[in-house]
Formats: sequence, C-alpha cells, structure tokens
Amino acid sequence: MTKPINYVIALAIIGVLATLSVMLPIYMDDLVYRVLMLSGIAVIMAVSLNLINGFTGQFSIGHAGFQAVGAYVGAALTVYGHNDIFGHLPKDGQIGTGWMSLAVGAGPMVASMIAGGLAAALIGYVVGLPSLRLRGDYLAIVTLGFGEIIRVVVENNDAVGGPRGFSGNLDLGVSVPAITNFFWVFGVAIAVILFARNLRFSISGLQYLAVREDEVAAQAVGIDTTRTKVNAFVIGSFFAGVGGALFAHYEQTILISSFNFVRSFDFVTIVVLGGLGSVTGSILSAVVLTALPEILRSSLGAQFNQYRLVTYALLLIVMMLVRPQGIFGRGELSIAKLRSKSKKYATQ
Amino acid sequence: MKHLHTSVRKRGLVFGGTDMNSTVRVGWMSALAVATLASLGVGGCKAPKDGGAAGETSTKATQNLDVKAIKVGEYSSMTGETATFGQESDAGIQYALAEINAAGGIEVAGKKYPVTVELQDDQSKPEEAKTVAVKFASDADIIAVLGEVASSRSKTAAPEYQRAGIPMISPSSTNPDVTKVGDYIFRVCFIDPFQGYIMAKFAKDELKLSNVAVLRDPSQDYSVGLADAFIKEFTAMGGKISTDVSYKASDSDFRSQLGQVKTTNADGVFIPGYYGEVGTIARQAREIGIKAPLMGGDGWDSSELVKGAGGPGGALEGAYFSTHYSASETSKRVQDFVAAYKKAKGMEPAALVAQGYDAMMILADAIKRAGSFERAKVRQALAETKDYDAVTGRITLDENRNANKSGVVVQIKGDKFVYTKTIEPKN
Amino acid sequence: MDQFLQILINGIQLGSVYVLIALGYTMVYGVLRLINFAHSDVFMVGSFVGFYTCGWLKVTAQKTVFAGLVQLLPVLLIAMAACVLLGLVIERFAYRPLRRAPRLTALITAIGVSLFIEGAAQLPFVFGVNPKFYPEILPFGPDSTIQAGGITISKHQLVMVVVSAILVAVLWYIVQKTKMGKAMRAVSHDFDAAGLMGIPTDNVIAFTFSIGAALAAAGGVLFGGLTFKSLLPLMGVQMGLKAFVAAVVGGIGSIPGAMLGGLLMGISESFIKGAPHIKFGATDFDPSRWTDAVAFMILILVLLIRPAGLLGKNTPEKV
Repeated sequence: MTKPINYVIALAIIGVLATLSVMLPIYMDDLVYRVLMLSGIAVIMAVSLNLINGFTGQFSIGHAGFQAVGAYVGAALTVYGHNDIFGHLPKDGQIGTGWMSLAVGAGPMVASMIAGGLAAALIGYVVGLPSLRLRGDYLAIVTLGFGEIIRVVVENNDAVGGPRGFSGNLDLGVSVPAITNFFWVFGVAIAVILFARNLRFSISGLQYLAVREDEVAAQAVGIDTTRTKVNAFVIGSFFAGVGGALFAHYEQTILISSFNFVRSFDFVTIVVLGGLGSVTGSILSAVVLTALPEILRSSLGAQFNQYRLVTYALLLIVMMLVRPQGIFGRGELSIAKLRSKSKKYATQ
Repeated sequence: MKHLHTSVRKRGLVFGGTDMNSTVRVGWMSALAVATLASLGVGGCKAPKDGGAAGETSTKATQNLDVKAIKVGEYSSMTGETATFGQESDAGIQYALAEINAAGGIEVAGKKYPVTVELQDDQSKPEEAKTVAVKFASDADIIAVLGEVASSRSKTAAPEYQRAGIPMISPSSTNPDVTKVGDYIFRVCFIDPFQGYIMAKFAKDELKLSNVAVLRDPSQDYSVGLADAFIKEFTAMGGKISTDVSYKASDSDFRSQLGQVKTTNADGVFIPGYYGEVGTIARQAREIGIKAPLMGGDGWDSSELVKGAGGPGGALEGAYFSTHYSASETSKRVQDFVAAYKKAKGMEPAALVAQGYDAMMILADAIKRAGSFERAKVRQALAETKDYDAVTGRITLDENRNANKSGVVVQIKGDKFVYTKTIEPKN
Repeated sequence: MDQFLQILINGIQLGSVYVLIALGYTMVYGVLRLINFAHSDVFMVGSFVGFYTCGWLKVTAQKTVFAGLVQLLPVLLIAMAACVLLGLVIERFAYRPLRRAPRLTALITAIGVSLFIEGAAQLPFVFGVNPKFYPEILPFGPDSTIQAGGITISKHQLVMVVVSAILVAVLWYIVQKTKMGKAMRAVSHDFDAAGLMGIPTDNVIAFTFSIGAALAAAGGVLFGGLTFKSLLPLMGVQMGLKAFVAAVVGGIGSIPGAMLGGLLMGISESFIKGAPHIKFGATDFDPSRWTDAVAFMILILVLLIRPAGLLGKNTPEKV
C-alpha cells in the first residue's frame, strides 16, 4: 500500500510540471527552452538504454532504431488517425502552449506515446530474442543490424515519407501535431527515472545485476537469464519508443537519417560517460552532453565549428582513458550517502 | 573459477556504492551539470511578450530596426555528410557578400549599409538546423536567412522562420514541400517536378527516346524526388520506363544494377544522382557495353564530374544533364561571373556556388527595393521579384515563391559543359 | 547463365575489398576482443594518402597493365607504411591503456578515435570535404575490358581481385608459417597463457594492428585507384560497416572466416542489386532497394544458426 503522502507528492509534482509547461515557453528564451526539451528527451533515451547496457550488462548499440520506431508509429497514429480519432486537433497541428493546449493535446500525446512505446517494445522483443544464443559483441552487431533494417523499411515506405521525411500527409492536409511540451517530456523523464530506481533495488533489479555480473553463476542459482535479458530489452525499448514519440511531436518533421547508428553511438556514449548502471550518471551525462555543444556554439563562434568534432572526440578519448568506468561508476547519488560522508568527515 | 575471478577483478566492485574518489568526482560532475543548467537559466530569461495570450507559442522576437549593418543569417552543412554542398553554397554567398560590401553595401532609402552574414553550421543534421533556426528566430537583428542546401533540412527549419516572420531563402532545395510551409519561405532554384519535366521533355523530343532506365538512390531526398518526377513526366508524354533500379551513393560497384539495365534494352539511362558517384556509374556502364545516352540533373554540375569517368573524353562524353546555367552560355552575365570567380578563387564555380551567390544577391536586391529593414516589407519585395538577371537565369519568384525560370540542358564535351537547349516552364 | 556469371564476378571483386578491411577487424578482435571502429577510417586515410602520393609521384595513365602496376606499387607501399604508423599510434595511446577496462569503455574509445580521424580529415588543411578522384593508372577506355564469351571483365576488377588475393596469401603465410604468426595465434587463443609462456604480448598486438592497418590501406588504394569513386572523409563509414558485418558473419576472430564473410557479403550484395524486379499484379517490387536490409538479415540469420559466425569457434564458457 502506497502511503498517502506519496500521492500528495505525485500530485504536487504534476502541478509543478504543468505550471512550468505553461510558464516556461513564455518566459524562457526559445533556444534555452529547446535545449531543455532536447535534454529531457536525451535523459529518457539514456536511462532506458542504461536498463539494457548498464543494469543487465548487455551490449546494445542500436537504440536509435527503437526511438525511430516510436517516433514513426506515434506520428503515423496522430496523422492518419486525425480524421477519425483526433479530430479536435487543428489540421496544422499548432495548439500552442497554454493550459487549454495541455488538455487538448493530452489525449493524442498519451495515445501516441503508448502506441510508439508498444511498437518499439515489440521490436525490442524481437531483437532481444537472439540474446538466447548470442553473447556480447555478436548481440551488439545484431542490434546495429536491426537499426539499419528499420532505416531501409522506412526509406521504402512512402506513407511515412521515405527518405524525404515525415511531417504529415499532404493529401489529408494533416501535419504532425506539436503536442509535446515540457509537462510530458519531464513527466516521462521523471517516471522513467523512478522506474529505473525502483527496479534497481527490487528483486527483479537484483536479477538484472546478477546477470550482468556473472551470467553462468546467475543461471546456477536459478535465475532465468534469457527471460531477464529479453525483459531488459523490452522495457528499455518501450521507453525509447516513448522518447521517440515525444521527439516526433516536438520536431514535427522526422527524418529517418537522424536515427542512424551515429545517434545510437551518441546514446551509448552518454550512458558510458555517466557510468554504466548509474541512473544519476545517465541523467547528468545526458544533460551535459546535450547542452554543452550549444553553449560552446554560442560562446565560441563559427570559426571554431570545424574543430567541434575533433574536440568532442578528444574529450571522449581522454575521458575514457582517465576514468573508464564513467563519472559515477556503478553508484548513485543519494542524500543519505552524502549525509553519512559529511558526518564521517565531521567527526575526524 | 578462473572466470569468476577475472570477472570480479576486471569489473571492480560488485555492487555499486560510491568510493571516496567517486564522491569527489560526483561532486565535480554535479557541479558541472548544475552550472550548465544555471547558465542556461540565467541567460535564459526573456521579457514576456507584449500582450501575448497565454496560449500562443512565443517565438516572435520584435525586430530591432535601429540598424547599423544589415545582418543576414546563414545555415549550411559545413561539416558532415553533405559538407561539400554546404561549403560550395557558402562560398557563393561569401563571394556575393564581398562584392556587395566592396560597393559600399546595400542601399536602403538613399543610404548604404554594410552587410554581415552570421554563418552557423548544422553538421548535416536536421535537429541542428532546427536549433539554429530557433537561435536565429530569437535574434532581433536578423533581417533574413539564407539556407539550406538540402530540402530535408530546409523543411525542418522553415516552420521556425515562418512563425518568427523571418524571410528564408533556400539556394538549392528542390523538394516542392519546402515553400509550402508558408509565405516567408522562398527558393531561388526550380523544383523537382520541373527538373524532371526538363529532362523528360529533352529525352522525348530531342533525343527521341522511348524506353528509359532510371537509377536512383532511395536514401537521398533529391534523387528520389527527381527520379519520381522524371518518371511521372516521361510516362505522361508517352514514354516507357524500362526499369527502375537502386544504388547507394557510397557504393563503388554498380555493375549489377547496370547489368539489369542492359537486359531491358533501354535506349537511355537517367541517373539523378550527384557528381561524386555519377562518373563511376558512367564508366562501369560503358564497360559492360551500355551504349545508350546517359542523362542526369543538376547534381552532376561540377568541374569534378568527368574525373570519375576517366577524365575528358571518358565515359561521360556526350552525356546530357539539366542545370541552371552553362558556363559556356554566351550570356554576358554568366561569362563575367565565371571569369571573375575563376580569377579570385582559382577554380570555376560549381552550380551550388552560383546558386548561393544568386540567393544573396536576390536578397540584397529585395532589401533595396523594399527600401526598409522590416522583415514583412522585405518579404513583400522578395515575393515581387521579377525577371531578376541572376547568374543562374532570369528569375521570377512565382506565387508559390519558387523560381520561375527556364532550365538549361547541357552536353558534356571534353571537360566543358556545352549549352544545348533551353527548356521553358510549362505555363 | 552469362548474366549469372557476370554478377558472380562483380560480387567477387566487391567482396575482395570487404575481405581486405574485414581481415583487420577480425585480427584485432582475435587478439584483443576489441571492435576497432577506427579501422574503417584507416581505410579512408590509406586511400587519401595514396591519392596524394599519386600526385607527388606524378602518376599517369599507362598503356599496359604491367606498367600501371609498376606505378601502383610505390603508391601502395607508401600508403601502407603511413597507415601502419597510424595503427601503431592508435594502439599505443588509445587502446593499450584500456586493456583491462570494461568492453564498452574500449568501444567508446574506439568510436572516439574514429570520430577524431573523421573530424580531422574534414579540416581544410588536412583532406578537406571536397571529393577527390584518383588519376588513371591502368589503361582505360576500349582497352580496359576483357571479353570472355558473353561476359565482360574489366581489367580494373581483375587487378583488384588478384592484388587482394596476393595480399591475403602473404598474410596467410605470415600467420601460418612464421614465428610471429604463431605468437598471434597463441595470443588470440588465450591472452594470459600466452603471456605466461613468454610471448611479448604487447609486441604481438602492435604487429597485429600493423598488418590490419596495412591491409586496410591497400584496400583504400585499390578502392580509390581502381573504382574511381570519389574520396570523401566519411567514405570509410559504409564500407567499414559492411566489412565489419562480413567479419562477424564469417566468424570474428577467424581469418578464413573474414575471407569467407567478405566474399559472401560481396556476392550476395551483387545478386540482390542485379535481381530483376518482381512484379505481381499492380505492385512492382525492386529488390535493389533493400540491399542493405538483406545484408543485415543474412547476418542475423547466420548468427541465429551459428552464433559464432560461419567459421567461428563457439568457445564454451568455463566456470
């Protein structure tokens, strides 16, 4: 039984998020707002990937493919379902960011997130199945391969625009609606973080960690390792799909070329830099790696731009050489630990 | 047990927990993240819009009309997959900029103002193009924006400019959807349907072809758009498409697809791709015995084109492609431009260079005609662009804000692209 | 039948470039259990170095294949030498410190090195982003093909296959008949035991990287000089991905596996691209649009049936 205080806290959080969702677009600089939103989506992607790579120790480098599935399925639903289901949305998809739009966009957003998430989870299940027979690096290639297969499928599908991108259907006159807002992005991000945290310290979570540490031993003590690994894929890809749906309805134009293995590597980099298995690490890493390039762009100016890739790569290499386990390693940031540390130093 | 030992040794602590060094780094990392967020937050406030209803998306930054220098934004793919094209387009824009400023700047209401261009690289990524668009949209000094080369990125960024009321001019995006975004979005090139028509008409009327094979790259917006347009127009004229096969621009061997083409006895092959791969395709086509004429679009237009085909006189000899202008055109405008550019930069301008140049010049002309820095007035002047004598043709911006101008078909002879025919737009 | 043979020959030629690159991936994986993502960029660097060498040595089109080969040889050697150096530097400074680190960490570093080389290559004072084309070396034009019945074989294709075969044969000799080769095999079988037996593992690994890099460089020069495709800083990405898949399909860590995988990928790709359209009713299915997807589906299928690749050894985990 959840304590009543938890319900109050949940309502309070929802209230704060909703208020911020209405206020921020008005008061916050547009560029900063965009970076904030992209960071939020990056957090969702990073934490969901951490479930697969960090908690269960698997080697998934095709995460962008799950995001793509979520994005395309979610967008296809709101576009092609417009006339029958979402008729209350304007055809050009612009609903604004006030209190009314929060209500108006809620239904389609939730529907598209669930559809996108489930579709991605299904693909995640299919991708996770080979984990039955494959280990480590081989599984990695398979995950990469699925990403590429998804790309080719989308490129050859004119209903979602093929290589030209999907921004709606011209014949129907319907655009992909702009229903993603701060509330949904950060609401989902918080949900994913809480889910991961609770999972970590639950029995299932311990099973995940056991599989990561030593699969043979885990099996020996009776853990169904295949089931655990497939579960990790399904859950991780579900949230990736949700992140994709959020992304699609924020950008309003999605291009399959964005969801390539370079994007997958970006997610893996975020997770490894933050520390495999550390949710806090993923959060901080996602925010820093999304926001820092924009800050540098603003402050450094155009002529440094050609050095951007080289600098980023060097930072990556140095980071891995200096602290290979990532910033947080396996650990998490928690108030209790900080308190006990400070007490420890205080008594000396 | 060796496996267990090595796994523990290699993987460190079994179950998480922060060790002492971790705490220090944790603090450092959190501080960095907090600092990042803080700097975002501090730099991130803006005054609430005047009288804005809470329901509006607020991206209109009121334009600063106290202008000392005319500020133009440019977003281009200077790095990444389409870096070649982004840099070529930028070269044209910078060349035009130098020319304008050498003459003192743009004359607005009797006074000349210098022009500055703020260039932002979008790394060939659509999200970056949008982020740059958001950045430019909140810049009160920017009067108009030039970009992007690729239709996909133009399409992603255009809604931001439309919402912010900043005119956007694309030098070379050919997908018809781009300008459909809104009345602030323009382009100074023709669109895929027209270019498909040019080559279809030429193939049918001039080359008398009736059974043409098409080679497309399904992962490229431009290739798919032009291939589809050609097929539509050619079949509408009564022609037949012998086969439609796909390749990838990164491939090095096209012989298998070309073998397929050969079996269909095509009397012509249309390859709407880019000059990086076309030379190789042509070479291999000739090698396996395809003698039919080869045709292409403006993606072929580069002085490097024939190198892949064995140089002048090689596999592309005699092939045709549609483009905006021919350096061998006798028009004085073209001749002067090519000569001057060659003298300044040491090489002939590629088509994209000329298009970037024209985009900047047409914008300058519109600002002058508008006699004002106001975005809406500049937009109006742009929409009224008529018979502008550009390097890439006589340009009129039609009611869809696309360039209404004729296309040119050239033939490759040696290392020159010889003017062959002008094709007028249908209407 | 002619068509079939033609496609087969195309496939073998295509496969030979994949083989050269796949060998590098597989050997490094064999000794280090590391996927060297930077390998595809070594291929790219080799191609560019070869291009600049052609300019420096003033390489021009020759009348006979033999004369062309004589010109090609120094270009190959210089490119290979340059890439061996590059490979050694990468191994020494980026990978060696991470020998004992978790797998994903080494992977990230490899990705970092790859991005670094790509980023550096795009800089205007390095290679720049404009496409470059090799000069003609072998005879071209009407002289460039050999007709055998209904089949046309381009001399360029022939040279590529033959030179690749020679390089692979040299590799085979090194691995099977020399002491260093034996050491390489020992290290890939069991790293720690090899060290205990007195094998200088660091040297062996450095040597492995060198050979892999040399082969990739050769692949790059052959690719640029014989296909005349434009050279771009990002050209290694797609080639590397396909070659890597080839190595895995063949069984990563196995040299004959890389050869088999490379040829298999090349031939299957050739057949899909050359397949006629399948028409049923109103729909027209073009197989060549699905080339990439099919390549990966083959990969997944092979791995499901033989999890360690076609020729890979499925080493059971001992507890």
